[in-house]
Amino acid sequence: MILVVPSVQLSILPLAADYEIKNINIAIVDQDHSSYSQRLISTITSSGYFRLTGMNTSYNGAFSLIEQDAADLILEIPANFEKRIIRENQDKVFIAVNAINGVKANLGAAYLASIVRRFNDDIRLELLPSKGMAQQPIIEVTPTNWFNIHMNYRVFMVPGILAILVTMVGGFLSALNIVKEKEVGTIEQINVTPIRKHHFILGKLIPFWVLGNVVFTVGLLISWLIYGIVPAGNLFVLYGFIGVYLLCVLGLGLLVSTICETQQQAMFIMFFFMMIFILLGGLFTSTDSMPEWAKLVSELNPVTYLIDVMRMIILKGSGFADVSRHLFIVGLFAIGLNTWAVLNYKKTS
Amino acid sequence: MKQFITFLKKEFAHVLRDRKTLLILFGMPIAQILIFGFALTNEVKNAKIVVVDYANDVSSQKLLRKLEASQYFEIEKTVLSAPEIENAFQAGVVKLALVIPSNFDANLAHDNHAQIQVIADASDPNTANTLTNYVSSIIVDYQQELTRSSGISYRILPETRMLYNPQLKGVYNFVPGVMALVLMLVCVMMTAVSIVREKELGTMEILLVSPFKPLMVVLSKAIPYLLLSLINVAIILLLSVFVLDLPIHGSLLLLFAESTLFIITCLTVGIFISVRTASQQVAMLISLMGMMLPTILFSGFMFPIENMPVALQIISNIVPAKWFYIIVKSIMIKGLGFAGIWKETLILAGITVFLLIVSLKTFKIRLA
Repeated sequence: MILVVPSVQLSILPLAADYEIKNINIAIVDQDHSSYSQRLISTITSSGYFRLTGMNTSYNGAFSLIEQDAADLILEIPANFEKRIIRENQDKVFIAVNAINGVKANLGAAYLASIVRRFNDDIRLELLPSKGMAQQPIIEVTPTNWFNIHMNYRVFMVPGILAILVTMVGGFLSALNIVKEKEVGTIEQINVTPIRKHHFILGKLIPFWVLGNVVFTVGLLISWLIYGIVPAGNLFVLYGFIGVYLLCVLGLGLLVSTICETQQQAMFIMFFFMMIFILLGGLFTSTDSMPEWAKLVSELNPVTYLIDVMRMIILKGSGFADVSRHLFIVGLFAIGLNTWAVLNYKKTS
Repeated sequence: MKQFITFLKKEFAHVLRDRKTLLILFGMPIAQILIFGFALTNEVKNAKIVVVDYANDVSSQKLLRKLEASQYFEIEKTVLSAPEIENAFQAGVVKLALVIPSNFDANLAHDNHAQIQVIADASDPNTANTLTNYVSSIIVDYQQELTRSSGISYRILPETRMLYNPQLKGVYNFVPGVMALVLMLVCVMMTAVSIVREKELGTMEILLVSPFKPLMVVLSKAIPYLLLSLINVAIILLLSVFVLDLPIHGSLLLLFAESTLFIITCLTVGIFISVRTASQQVAMLISLMGMMLPTILFSGFMFPIENMPVALQIISNIVPAKWFYIIVKSIMIKGLGFAGIWKETLILAGITVFLLIVSLKTFKIRLA
């Protein structure tokens, strides 16, 4: 179960977690029906970003498509569009976007605007063949994408999700462990044995540490087999970091375990921390754009460092020197949390 | 009835006695709303970039100043050569590099044509895309400043209006999602675990041999969580109205009615899980992996469903949270009435009834 669940997740999650914005549903209100408006429409539909889901005669008709979530944006081409461009030198088109999802709205509007601009350039070139574009200075931008040339979102998500899985498995199992003995009552038996506190905690810790490494290895194999992602960096550095990181997560789990009385409590408290750690860890959204207080929290968040390091080593091939700061901080966390857990575990209740 | 009330009192005592869990139960929605509302943004701000400025002339300086003036970029440093770019990327701080060739100024002035290379760290494709777009549009701006004097003819001016969410705030998307998530968590996990715990500790047997009907045992376990969840809904709504400035456009009564329906769905799922499992750990794992993750994944609030492979899109239809998410969005933000969401409500009710029948059918009075 412990191995199967993460494996299944790693195979499904990256497929689902695709943030690329494509297939934007567009409804078009064409009140002009001229050759220009037809051309604009076919430029939009052939661009690959947009899916034409409705041709409406009125704005209200198109708006009801937005209300039903059948369209994401509306393009309204006013009557006499072509005539006015030629006679009055300019005309407007109206774009209305369903902005509940702000990112999608922004990108969709930007794509559409750039298509309109291209169309605009085309017709200008036709109308002014002699002058055309040559008159204006042009700065040509050539974008290049490194480390992930196909801009595959999965490549980005897989190391992050693997990081989360290792964290969840390690954290939850260790959190539920001591507390289970408490709830069932077997902790009393251990308490009356002459075992030292730190020996007991260490004994609890090591099996989970091994298990965490196994889960991580299985995860790496899966990402290689399914997604073809092979770590670009040094495996020793990667495993070294995971080793230290697992100590840190297990320490947190054990600490929670010593605080709680029932498994339900332990699970909830762990879940609470996990949720904050994962959300603020930069899996979905970059930590750079966060406000200052959230940046501070993410600096104190071990998951941030793991996700960062996983992406650096696996995707960019960063070396030991690049991740040494991360390693140092996570090491400090590990020492701190485990010491706290040992101190907090009392043999007498 | 009197028996039932006594049992209900017992369950309430159970729930209220566990202060740590209660704290988390109410702390969870607050923390989530604050994180989603303030910390998580998909827009990219203050991205660090490096510049290789081979030209170092008037035009390139002007362009760089323009870049720096925007809130999107911070010029981390100006490196001297291309190989240093890779080092900067590997150290992990820098997201984008800009290479301005020598003679930038001269090319622009004499040939009316100059090139700039933009290199993005595409290990994060979306950020790479967004940043490249930002740079391009800043450069286009700059270009237009240069041409302003000559004037452009035959212009098409797109006029864009953002509906529902003119400031493009992320919370509009997140608040309904957080509601679904928190309700799912409280109802499914808490119900499942608290019933299974009685099984695990052996106290279930005592309850089952009592003259009280077994169905009522389960029901009295579910009711405290129903109330707690409704309080949670109220907290989330209050926070979103007063802290996040997210108004509720539709009917509040309808919103609460739909929430109650969703809570009942979740409770049914919890009961269903508890009927099938024997230990708390298994119940937790199933409700966590089997319910939480699909909720996050398939409700559509974090990941766009339309981008998923078709098989997953079909699966997403059986996730109750997806329908609840659509309902809350429609009521809160679009301000639609019942006429706009009856279809989703019907589906949600259908799922609930189905689960209820299945778990009642499999509910055993005797323990194995």
